[in-house]
Amino acid sequence: MHPAPSVIVFTALSGLGFGLFMWLGLGFPGFTGMAAFGSYFIAYAFSVGGLLASTYHLANRKNAIYSFSQWQTSWLSREGILAVVTLLVFAPVAIAQIFFQSDAWNWLGPIGSALALATVFATSMIYTQLKTIPRWNMPLTPVLFLLYAVAGGALLAMQAKVAGVLILILVALQWAAWMMGDRRFADTGTTKGTATGLDRIGTVTTFESAHTARNYILDEMVHIVGRKHSEKLRMISTIFLGVIPVLMLLLLPANMFVAILALVSHLVGVFASRWLFFAEAEHVVGTYYARG
Amino acid sequence: MTKMPATTAKKLGLVIDLDTCVGCHGCVTACKGWNTQNYGAPLSDIDAYGADPEGTFLNRVFSYNVQPDDGGAAQTIHFPKSCLHCEDAPCVTVCPTGASYKRAEDGIVLVNEDRCIGCGLCAWSCPYGARELDQDAGVMKKCTLCVDRIYNENLPEEDREPACVRTCPSNARHFGDFADPDSAVSKLVAERGGIDLMPEQGTRPVNQYLPPRPKDTLDKTPPPQLQTVATEAKGFLGWLDKALDALPGGEKTETAKERL
Repeated sequence: MHPAPSVIVFTALSGLGFGLFMWLGLGFPGFTGMAAFGSYFIAYAFSVGGLLASTYHLANRKNAIYSFSQWQTSWLSREGILAVVTLLVFAPVAIAQIFFQSDAWNWLGPIGSALALATVFATSMIYTQLKTIPRWNMPLTPVLFLLYAVAGGALLAMQAKVAGVLILILVALQWAAWMMGDRRFADTGTTKGTATGLDRIGTVTTFESAHTARNYILDEMVHIVGRKHSEKLRMISTIFLGVIPVLMLLLLPANMFVAILALVSHLVGVFASRWLFFAEAEHVVGTYYARG
Repeated sequence: MTKMPATTAKKLGLVIDLDTCVGCHGCVTACKGWNTQNYGAPLSDIDAYGADPEGTFLNRVFSYNVQPDDGGAAQTIHFPKSCLHCEDAPCVTVCPTGASYKRAEDGIVLVNEDRCIGCGLCAWSCPYGARELDQDAGVMKKCTLCVDRIYNENLPEEDREPACVRTCPSNARHFGDFADPDSAVSKLVAERGGIDLMPEQGTRPVNQYLPPRPKDTLDKTPPPQLQTVATEAKGFLGWLDKALDALPGGEKTETAKERL
């Protein structure tokens, strides 16, 4: 799949933003006043920024309001609704904590936390539901999205030791997903033969493509450039996503400087792995185009 | 609405005969022509007269080479591909706006361009590459089964079928109702063993493809090779042959008679 910057920024940032909301709703780090303002500013900036980035993926934004209408069948619609509801639910909690040093609305926090997790789950299901992209179409995909959010959120909520442990689990599961993902396409049994129905005659190869120019399908779904460097990018992602932050969080004394460095490294890793998430994903429509 | 209708009264669709398709791309051109001037936004071309032209098409014809496993002669098969109007269409349920829908009355899958946001998720969910986002209009385009022809009473009766079917010079495309077991398309599919594309995707396509019929095979051994009749060169050529052999460097070749 084409690794469009808009969807990479969307899933990475909004995931971290809602991950931070999850911790804020449960009372971590438990700030009030200006410090609380800082936490909520980051949570809103990441989640809203990510959602705004996603609208750059739309070719016809003027109809965007309709995307809240099909929650009965569409994960994309559910994600939009859950995101807006989550952001609204946290508004009174944040206002009370920041401006009135009050915990009067804190009872809404756990509900907001659950909604934040539900939002991330809905985001993950936009991708997981697609049978056409076998690498995404497995139960580990939503688990990973949730873990990215909760681990990154813990880092943003300055829960250093918890974040360190969660990131360790995240890296292990990310590697499991990469290795399982590598086998997914073959497991579905889709080949040029089943795509054309000509496997009942013999071995199918492409004689001539349907078009000499590129088109939307090729640009969007038959992205192959990224796959060449996937091994290297997996290593780079692992180092920035996990190794550096975990060493810093678990071995160094907890302070602001360590937390920020660990966060920057983790962010670089999240973007690299999310780029790979798209770039490595093979769409079954590629079987119509593939040579050989 | 993106909820799928429980059943559709009709199941309109196409039969594509891979045995008779000659790969002329006439259906591609007829489709582009009709659908640029009728339902919805025109099918745009980008950089049409430049170095890197591309455009939106609802129907495209691939060509494949198939080598039979028994070592028989390879076949070239032309393969037109457009929306299959699936009974379990994933492109409908993923749509967040309700722009993508399947009609309860005849099973046609359509896009309401006044609701489409151009997110592309429906195209991602389609295994067949049947949907293309128009780069100019920013809305998703797909085969409408020429919904503006098949019910169009302003057209002569023989033109009330999809443009691709109407134009096909080799009669490789057929249009009809698959819900009616006595329709011409249902009978054709039963007789020739119509196939689903990518059945493992579980989309239950309405459009059916007729596999190419087996090619003729040689049913007797080839005739024996001809025997050599000229045993020895005579006349001028015979003299030339001997004279050249006699020159230094020439070989004393065996005569045709010795060879026999």
